[in-house]
Amino acid sequence: MGAHHHGPAKGLSRWLFTTNHKDIGTMYLWFSFSMFILGGAFAMITRAELFQPGMQLINPAFFNQMTTLHGLIMVFGAIMPSFVGLANWMIPMMIGAPDMALPRMNNWSFWILPPAFLILASTLFMEGGAPNFGWTFYAPLSTTYAPPSVTYFIFSIHVLGLSSIMGSINIIATVMNMRAPGMTYMKMPLFVWTWLITAFLLVAVMPVLAGAVTMMLMDIHFGTSFFSAAGGGDPVLFQHIFWFFGHPEVYIIILPAFGVVSQIIPAFARKPLFGYDSMVYATAAIAFLSFVVWAHHMYTVGMPVAGELFFMYATMLIAVPTGVKVFNWVTTMWRGSMTFETPMLFCIGFLVLFTIGGFTGLMLSIAPADFQYHDSYFVVAHFHYVMVAGAVFSMSAAVYYWLPKWCGRMYNEAMGKTHFWISFVGFNIAFFPQHFVGLAGMPRRIPDYALQFADFNMISSIGAFIYGASQILFLYNVVATIVAGKPTSDAKTWEGAEGLEWTVATPAPYHTFETPPQVR
Amino acid sequence: MLLKANRLRELVLGPVLMLLSLASAGAAAAGDKVNESWQVNMQPGATEIGQSIYDLHMLIFWICVVIGALVFGVMFYSIFYHRKSRGVTPSTFHESTKAEIAWTVVPFLILIGMAVPATSTLLEIYDFDDADMDVLVTGYQWKWKYEYLNENGENVAFFSNLRTPQGEIYNATDKGEHYLLEVDEPMVIPVDTKVRFLVTANDVIHSFWVPELAVKKDAIPGFINETWTKANVEGIYRGQCAELCGKEHGFMPIVVNVVSKEEYAGWLEAKKVEAAEIRGLMAQTFTMDELMTRGKSVYERNCLACHGANGEGGVGTAIAGSTVAMGEVAGHLEIGINGVPGSAMQAFGGQINDVEMAAVITYQRNAFGNNMGDMIQPIDVYNHKKG
Repeated sequence: MGAHHHGPAKGLSRWLFTTNHKDIGTMYLWFSFSMFILGGAFAMITRAELFQPGMQLINPAFFNQMTTLHGLIMVFGAIMPSFVGLANWMIPMMIGAPDMALPRMNNWSFWILPPAFLILASTLFMEGGAPNFGWTFYAPLSTTYAPPSVTYFIFSIHVLGLSSIMGSINIIATVMNMRAPGMTYMKMPLFVWTWLITAFLLVAVMPVLAGAVTMMLMDIHFGTSFFSAAGGGDPVLFQHIFWFFGHPEVYIIILPAFGVVSQIIPAFARKPLFGYDSMVYATAAIAFLSFVVWAHHMYTVGMPVAGELFFMYATMLIAVPTGVKVFNWVTTMWRGSMTFETPMLFCIGFLVLFTIGGFTGLMLSIAPADFQYHDSYFVVAHFHYVMVAGAVFSMSAAVYYWLPKWCGRMYNEAMGKTHFWISFVGFNIAFFPQHFVGLAGMPRRIPDYALQFADFNMISSIGAFIYGASQILFLYNVVATIVAGKPTSDAKTWEGAEGLEWTVATPAPYHTFETPPQVR
Repeated sequence: MLLKANRLRELVLGPVLMLLSLASAGAAAAGDKVNESWQVNMQPGATEIGQSIYDLHMLIFWICVVIGALVFGVMFYSIFYHRKSRGVTPSTFHESTKAEIAWTVVPFLILIGMAVPATSTLLEIYDFDDADMDVLVTGYQWKWKYEYLNENGENVAFFSNLRTPQGEIYNATDKGEHYLLEVDEPMVIPVDTKVRFLVTANDVIHSFWVPELAVKKDAIPGFINETWTKANVEGIYRGQCAELCGKEHGFMPIVVNVVSKEEYAGWLEAKKVEAAEIRGLMAQTFTMDELMTRGKSVYERNCLACHGANGEGGVGTAIAGSTVAMGEVAGHLEIGINGVPGSAMQAFGGQINDVEMAAVITYQRNAFGNNMGDMIQPIDVYNHKKG
């Protein structure tokens, strides 16, 4: 084996010791998909219990564990790592770099993730059960009144936070230092831009989350009273700290999704993105605003009216850059020459449903109206429209879009389209009725409900099962493609696709851009 | 082309119109009605604030519908007409400063249009002055306590527990009309009166939410929040705890009975008489049967959720055969009155009166096969509390 052109090592050690961005990206993607299935299974359990009024399958204590783990695993285990995986695969290939800037740290930031989630999942088998205080883990329910497993939960959050911070530092270092000659900042693909901004958000807020869980740890084990009024602390302080992390976190999840959609829509409209510069500025504006809106999650905690007004106005402002993005995507489609392969379908699904989620977000930003919406199913509907139809749909689009480049085989288009339509229909059946029950007064996170909510809940559960089942089709399609898909060696899978990743061979060789390309 | 545009409008507006007609059907308020099972919209409810919030909600909803129709209209037009299969060649236009400025400035102006009514409604909600009466609302795991504050200190206070039997929840019997939204004793307030709620909690954070009274405020242990309502229609209004507060979060409803001022005055008087009667009972000595009957109902309201219908345990430890229930009376009373700090076992000394405490301790010591044969009287509880 030559010293310059070596392929991957053989066997398990290839994956354990790899420093190759493509291998690490692949591991991130498979890991996040397995977490997606696990978190999805927990959601299926809750929807099965909510199928009818009354307690049938599980008890209220276990229901709370399921909703909590569903949220934690989907946010931290499925969505975030999936976009990190995508960044690993695509950013070096998009900017003409041979690998990530810090390849050994890259290996480490992936390999500490599985143990973190193993610890989190193992709490299910502990005395007192898994965390049961919701993914937002408000004190004192998560401190004084928490099950003993909370300590393991805190450790798990610390470890996955560490992984996120290392991953982001790596992305920032790569984008700043490893761009090919001529690849100026304002020539970078939008996916790279959105990830660069996301990485800065992560570095800023993950330590805040670490601080919050450390304060919890101190309250639980070392006699402090950060979040207990009895000792001079304040339970609301927890919420301020949590949401100072939590709101930027929402954009950490959605900005890379914006990047993916901004790559794919121009490719299938066969027309350049309408306003590249304004898309970059809008992303930066959203990121900036995300730091000054956190208390809109807390309108009912009893803030002074001046605080309510500030957070209401700041939150409403986010509609402006978000609108700019939506208008840009639509104008990119306008007078293009569109085709509707699976990635494009998922992007259009994203655009429609994310916009609906944006509208309900605007409604929720109105503080007086939020006194009725807050903590109701209306909120559940809203954030699933932006998280699932936003992040997960765009992730599906990304997989279909780049899969041929990754493995040199074409996926089954008919099956891909079927996956889209079942997902789209199932998703809407599951989540649209949740707007109705929320407005009619159904609180979130309840294992059982009044009879007036029964019909819509049954519909919602059926939709959830359909959406869940459609992901099995996705898994099957991806595996079938990798194993036995139609081989393709076209460097450019899609007629309208632009970017350096489409200039390398298909399937992408183990090492790409060992000599940097010249970007004009 | 015209036909297509019409169809498009139908597609977009059809569901919206359906939604609205359903909403107006569900919006007829007042009385103790059972809510419509297909209700799809918020209700204005029984207060002026509720009406303002509802108007604001509908205003923003319609603005979103119009913007959505425009954006999706352009998008779907493009999807139908600008497709490769129709043989169109893509144009290459991009970047337009004018368009960018327009779609930044216009939404900003629309937002100002929303912010103005939103601000005025919010300021109304935050006007806590001139309340005619105060009710202290305290959230407990998992029930509410209502305390009518009065300047002479003659407060009327009681707990409000879920009344739905376990049999309905676990599907042994048919579910009643107000399944999960019924309590043993509702809050009673007078109509056309500004009632200020002082909201707090005893253990974790709860949230006091009655949609039709347009009230939602978090109940935070160690802090007191304010909110208020002024119901202008008599009726029974039902709500639930809105903040995840543990295992029975879904099982702590709020029922508010809005009655005429005269009826309210009569009710308050009756509550005071009742309180005096309970004070009388304190001095009484009960028989074993009386204690067991009272004890059973106290147990079902306060203990069953954690300790099980047959004392078998659950979140709490088992009572059947436990060392506490079959040990020293003093130790058993201590746990009942002061709870177990740092655990879910609350201090019930301040939640149930001495008669109830005596009865439930007696019940626990003699039911579930414990058969200790001893009786605890209210005076014993009183003495234990005094130390």
